[in-house]
Amino acid sequence: MFNPLQQRRWPLLLLWVVIIAAIVAAPSVLPVFRLNLLGRFLSLAIVALGIDLIWGFTGLLSLGQGIFFALGGYAAAMYLQLNSSSGHPNGIPEFFSLYGVDRLPFFWEPFHNPLFTLIAIWLVPALLAAVLGNMVFRNRIKGVYFSILTQAALLVFFNFFNGQQKLINGTNGLKTDVTQLFGQMVGSPDMQRGFYYFTAVMVILAWIFVRWVVRGRFGDVLIAIRDDEPRLRFTGFNPTLFKTIVFAIAGGLAGIGGALFTVQSGIVSPQYMAVPFSIEMVIWVAVGGRGTLVGAILGAVSIMYAKSLVSEAWPQGWLFIQGGLFILVVTALPEGVIGWFRTDGPRNVLSRLGLSRRIGTYPRLDIEGQEEVQP
Amino acid sequence: MTMPLLELRQITVSFDGFLALRDLNLSLQPGELRAVIGPNGAGKTTFLDVITGKTSPTEGDVVFKGRSLVGTREHRIARLGIGRKFQSPRVFEKLSVQENLALAVSRPKQPWDLLFRGLNATQRDRVHHLMSIVNLQQRATWPAGALSHGQKQWLEIAMLVGQDPDLLLVDEPVAGLTDEETDLTADLLKSLAGDHTVLVIEHDMEFIRRLESPVTVLHQGHVLCEGTMDQVQADPRVIEVYLGTTEEENG
Repeated sequence: MFNPLQQRRWPLLLLWVVIIAAIVAAPSVLPVFRLNLLGRFLSLAIVALGIDLIWGFTGLLSLGQGIFFALGGYAAAMYLQLNSSSGHPNGIPEFFSLYGVDRLPFFWEPFHNPLFTLIAIWLVPALLAAVLGNMVFRNRIKGVYFSILTQAALLVFFNFFNGQQKLINGTNGLKTDVTQLFGQMVGSPDMQRGFYYFTAVMVILAWIFVRWVVRGRFGDVLIAIRDDEPRLRFTGFNPTLFKTIVFAIAGGLAGIGGALFTVQSGIVSPQYMAVPFSIEMVIWVAVGGRGTLVGAILGAVSIMYAKSLVSEAWPQGWLFIQGGLFILVVTALPEGVIGWFRTDGPRNVLSRLGLSRRIGTYPRLDIEGQEEVQP
Repeated sequence: MTMPLLELRQITVSFDGFLALRDLNLSLQPGELRAVIGPNGAGKTTFLDVITGKTSPTEGDVVFKGRSLVGTREHRIARLGIGRKFQSPRVFEKLSVQENLALAVSRPKQPWDLLFRGLNATQRDRVHHLMSIVNLQQRATWPAGALSHGQKQWLEIAMLVGQDPDLLLVDEPVAGLTDEETDLTADLLKSLAGDHTVLVIEHDMEFIRRLESPVTVLHQGHVLCEGTMDQVQADPRVIEVYLGTTEEENG
């Protein structure tokens, strides 16, 4: 009787069939431009999954995920730039000559290696997140103070990257669309279609991974941290360790998302660390549904798609709609759209309209009364 | 006399000059059941905070199984074998009864073990056993937030026992319970003593009397006196600060 999962299994399954069919069919249905957008938004969904893990499950509201997102993007762009710069003076990326740099900065060197790059894309952001996170969590900084600190860190990175022309081309960022990979232009339609499929697979893998993390006792500990961290300490768990781990996981996921976003956008720049963008990331999860992984994915993809459609038709309008969405979620849908569906939202609306039988608010009241109190 | 399990030596806790505890001495023998009473503001909760590491004493030392706990972090103290039940029931409301208990019996409590391994058979049996002790088997998959107040109290006690601590610190376990539930809780705590050392903080005099245990009276952060319930109730100092009103009501 008290098993909402079983009742909802088949609509959920149907949803997945539709989603997978849509992913497979998209390249033959959508124009190249739209497909590219979808690929980009799917890479943002990976970032959203990480945010859901730390915010929806663990209660850590990070406004600084842009740091890790951009780092992943830079790692990918640095490899692509090096891979395509053999024809340039000194065999280093072209932009260096603008600033009179004739030797590759030391930290670029390992990015000649594709394997190193593939690992650095997620490991560098994850390690940075672990270090930053641990410093904050160890000192028991929580709630809004944590959010402020992450935003401050974001600004520090943003300003630093903006100013480093000689190291990473500063404000201009690193272009990837005219670089070469496997002997092809990264910006070519064939390559982009490949990236689209790869991104879709990565979203599903990331979803499976995060789901594995939040299922079981580890996930229960995360929820316990969110709901009552001191109580968990007295149960013998060390919340700092758990928070550091999930923050690192979210950082790694943001890095992967950033790399995939970069190769599909054709550029990575410090704008990826702009404050509003990191706040947008949080809104995707809030609208989709905190604590529901599908909600994070759908929130990221659908909001970004809506944003690009609205911006094409009515360039100034999107900010109003985004603000409206946020107000709607805060006032009417605290659990987000998917959360609303999962908490009997549709049935409540139907019963208010008189279209469905009202449901009791307290389950099994009948049995409750008769039960004996006997330890 | 064996070595005490827990010893508080001249504990003073000062909050910006306000002495929540002053020069407090107390020792508990292994297997003992002890009740602590005291009027509001006597320092009962601070006293638990000091033992469990939430508050550091300004002066003095807490010795548990021969080692000092001062400066040890909460989760380490919990792993050493001290469990605490809070005044108002604090269970993880979004988790089911079963999941709450699974976290309590989990051991080791490191992230890798929780990620890569499930509960072993012994631990699963323990979870079921604990649910049967507190009569919550029917509620195994219920979110703990949907339980009644009394059931939450019991769930928290079950979680405490699930941690398998040597010392159980129980803060007002019968607040808000019916008389029947109160009696059952007293029996439960009495049955735990012996295997465990139990320290109960409570306001409810009838409940303390039912525990049939030595009583320590706290007043203004200091131990006023110790003895059986009858001795304590006859003590003129206790009557003056605390029990006077109760005596009149009972008389």
